[in-house]
Amino acid sequence: MVYLTRKAEFSASHYYHNPQFTAEENRRIFGKCNNPNGHGHNYTLEVTVKGEVDPRSGFVVDLKQLKEILNREVLDALDHRFLNKEVPEFATRIPTTENIAISVWQRLQSRLERAQLHRVRVYETPDLFVDYYGE
Amino acid sequence: MKAHLTRRYWFSASHRLHSDAMSEEENRRTYGKCNNPHGHGHNYAFEVTVSGPVDQATGMVCNLVDLDDFVHAQILERFGHENLNTLQAFRRRVPTTENLCREIFEILQRGFTAAHLEKVRLEETMMNSFEYAGEAEVRR
Repeated sequence: MVYLTRKAEFSASHYYHNPQFTAEENRRIFGKCNNPNGHGHNYTLEVTVKGEVDPRSGFVVDLKQLKEILNREVLDALDHRFLNKEVPEFATRIPTTENIAISVWQRLQSRLERAQLHRVRVYETPDLFVDYYGE
Repeated sequence: MKAHLTRRYWFSASHRLHSDAMSEEENRRTYGKCNNPHGHGHNYAFEVTVSGPVDQATGMVCNLVDLDDFVHAQILERFGHENLNTLQAFRRRVPTTENLCREIFEILQRGFTAAHLEKVRLEETMMNSFEYAGEAEVRR
């Protein structure tokens, strides 16, 4: 089994707010992230796939295809967007780093052909990241 | 759905590697420059990884404020700008980065209950890093 990781970057804005909480609860739980006008990050994304090496091509996955899928399914949807307002799943799900990692996984999983998705890692900042393994 | 959250922190501290179980000559041979009696220091960086189900209401594994507060009070305050050899934790154990990594893991395991502790990764310099996950295997 060989693991391959592809890195990408996107910039987006978001805010944290649960309509079922009171205004005071939202402020207490989410702090500065509750500002309704939003704030932004330069996110770094690492997608790791795994599989056996194809004896003909020598590839685990065709990196060109992986890059295309990543661009189309993830970066076109998230890059330079206000996540709460412009990305459908975040209308009902708070766009935390945890939920962004889950969303990236769900966007990619059904599109990959040969290789199996192993891990999605999303860095919100260099000192904070989330890993999702599809569990 | 279960996610793993990793947060990175920094502190600076000094230490001297010296084992009472060894002769002076053996200490010098084993630890080299690190055995200098006056000690030396590092900028340590460490990563704490916790895991758990993502809370539907908050979208979080645990509130980052709780993790930061715990780490500041229990780890950064304890080790930051200290000589590790003078601390209770290293009275009987050599303050190698292996032992420091294990000590940080154990402090978190005892006191931080808001999420499951997966792993501590400690960098002594940009060239050396250590990972400890208790009895579990380190996950890639």
